[in-house]
Amino acid sequence: MGTQKTINSLQVFLTEVGDISYFAGRFFTDVFKRPFEFKEFLRQCYNMGNRSLLLVGVTGFIIGLVFTLQSRPTLQEFGAVAWMPSMVGISIIREIGPIITALICAGRIGSGIGAELGSMRVTEQIDAMEVSGTNPFKYLVITRILATTFMLPILVIIGDAIALYGSYLVENIKGDVSFQLYFSEVFSSLEFGDVIPSTIKSFFFGFAIGLVGCYKGYNCDKGTEGVGLAANSAVVYTSLLLFVIDFVAVLVADLFYEL
Amino acid sequence: MKKNTINSNAVITIRDLKKSYGDNYVLNGFNLDLYEGENLVIMGKSGSGKSVMIKCLIGLEEHDSGTVIIMGKNIDDLDHDELDELRTEIGFLFQGSALYDSMSVRENLEFPLRRHTKKFGEINDASPLVMEALESVGLARAVDLMPSELSGGMKRRIALARTLILKPQIILYDEPTTGLDPITSKEIVLLMKSVQEKYKTSSIIITHDVDCARAISNRMILLVDGINYAEGTYEELVEMEDPKIKAFFK
Repeated sequence: MGTQKTINSLQVFLTEVGDISYFAGRFFTDVFKRPFEFKEFLRQCYNMGNRSLLLVGVTGFIIGLVFTLQSRPTLQEFGAVAWMPSMVGISIIREIGPIITALICAGRIGSGIGAELGSMRVTEQIDAMEVSGTNPFKYLVITRILATTFMLPILVIIGDAIALYGSYLVENIKGDVSFQLYFSEVFSSLEFGDVIPSTIKSFFFGFAIGLVGCYKGYNCDKGTEGVGLAANSAVVYTSLLLFVIDFVAVLVADLFYEL
Repeated sequence: MKKNTINSNAVITIRDLKKSYGDNYVLNGFNLDLYEGENLVIMGKSGSGKSVMIKCLIGLEEHDSGTVIIMGKNIDDLDHDELDELRTEIGFLFQGSALYDSMSVRENLEFPLRRHTKKFGEINDASPLVMEALESVGLARAVDLMPSELSGGMKRRIALARTLILKPQIILYDEPTTGLDPITSKEIVLLMKSVQEKYKTSSIIITHDVDCARAISNRMILLVDGINYAEGTYEELVEMEDPKIKAFFK
């Protein structure tokens, strides 16, 4: 009984993985085909970037503050407070900034896409679009996946900068460190091996958020329950996928840069 | 209607249409001819496959087998672009209106216009066409409202205006009066009649509203168990003694 249940769950999981892969394949086939929905792409970029900016900024700022406040006593104990800018800089740029921003966007953008496309599916708006001669996959899905892919790295950079500024404020108040000294310490400790892999993985994070959100919403079951489920599962699946991508990204980066 | 005989006078011909979901056959050899200028009502119980049929007709659902010919073109032989072009000649009024939530009424109406540049060319100012369509449904004042600000009846009228803006030759109505109060339902039926007279369209109306069917139909088909169970004018069907048919008109 238990084995059968496990087999069934595995079957469902593998079917889902197969369907998402097919959906991603369709994205790569259709993304180069005309017509290009450039206006809608820009609108989505504006919506996703603009609406997530405040959340990403506030979260980044608080993380910078908290991270520095909590690390300071330990570093002080070992007489290593001078390492604070380097440690915070590397941690935020390499890992904390991208993953936290991606997780916030998975909640904010991924669930939004899932719910929006889901309700469009349920209320036949996607069918209406198809009948009116528009390819809904190109108009709704491709524009959103591209927008998340390109906007997430920008949000990560902004989030990182704000987090570092938050960290600097703590250092300035507690240790009287100047802005110039703090940031020159941060930048001198950073290498290409820190910045490039984290930027590249941000693109993949953005792609995953858009892909899963669109997949869940576009294939939403009928009914309001289906819409809720689409939004919810978009966040859950994306969050899991983000950690998997992060793990793979670290392994690959390690091959090239020997982290 | 003879199975497998294609009627060349019809604007839409369906022959032996079958559609199943797993083992459940929703359509099991459905046939239909729609003639120019005709209002054909298709009645059936909920879940009898009326909406599936209309979606197969316009290519929103793939049918398992059978033939669908629209204005002389077999839809199975058309590629995506050709099907899109054919769709400009067919308006579809969805059951729930299906207005785009994120767009105003004006944008809802402009959306299909800007997509069909082959039929209309590049349109710089769509306002005259938008206003003409809105005036024909009596809602020119709603042009800058959002769908969330409209009542159910208004949404249905705007959706009709959106189908009219492409100047289609055929209009498919999926339950046009469902969910509306009796007065609004009557208004929608009158509007459908005036649209048919003004634009000389041919229409397929899916409904289980007997009053709507009586008011608008030139001919009716009763869809039972996935097949044409009975066919004729409203008056002919009302006179039939078959209990299954009588049940519709109680």
